[in-house]
Amino acid sequence: MNNSRRNVLKKSTAMAALLLQTLTQCERVYAYQQNAFDAKTIADLNKSLGLNLPLESSQITINTPEIAENGAVVQVAATTTLANIRRWIFVVEKNPVPLVAIFNLSEDLLPSITARAKFAQTSDFIAFAQLADGRVFYGKREVKVTLGGCGG
Amino acid sequence: MSDPMRIRLQSQAGVTTVKVLMSHEMESGQRKGDDGKIVPLWNIQDVSATLNGKVVMTAEWGGGISKNPFLQFAVKGTKPGDKISLTWRDNRGDSRTDEVIVS
Repeated sequence: MNNSRRNVLKKSTAMAALLLQTLTQCERVYAYQQNAFDAKTIADLNKSLGLNLPLESSQITINTPEIAENGAVVQVAATTTLANIRRWIFVVEKNPVPLVAIFNLSEDLLPSITARAKFAQTSDFIAFAQLADGRVFYGKREVKVTLGGCGG
Repeated sequence: MSDPMRIRLQSQAGVTTVKVLMSHEMESGQRKGDDGKIVPLWNIQDVSATLNGKVVMTAEWGGGISKNPFLQFAVKGTKPGDKISLTWRDNRGDSRTDEVIVS
């Protein structure tokens, strides 16, 4: 008798903990744009981030190695002469998860960002620049990879 | 507790270039371990940088950022004595904040 009561209590506590966990997880997903990181294609990615028709721009300069021996660590850099950039979106097109990083820039920052990304295979690196007025431009460059960065 | 970030500053004419090396595994969630099972995603999700307490940059990262991430950016309008602080938080809830002074 007592035992089953105890069980019920135990289960309900577990349920409550689970519920709480789900709630906090939901909150986190909201802050962190999980759906953008779930996107498998550039089109899905643009949709989930609400980017308006990106245009290719020669005012975006991308600095990547032409050939990367090791796809696990590839230095990628982007800069632009476009004014009022508010966001950089770094994408490795052929990765299982194309979106690598989003950088939100304040006015106090120069428009240059360098990071290191994994390349699963030879792929275009694309940097999307979102301006303060919402327009989106991009630049891209191919990186040849001789050894993948996220294989099994 | 994770290892401290290594932060290097280079200041010239009021612009400070910040180079950061973080210490993190950055599991992509794609890789298979020795047992043939997929190693779960373990990555830094949020990064933020402040100048004297004011946020100048925030970032969201996926598993596509390399292990022990490197990050470089440049802050305008800095002067000696300014405080630059960096914070990261990963998907397991771990976080780390480190601070440097502009010289």
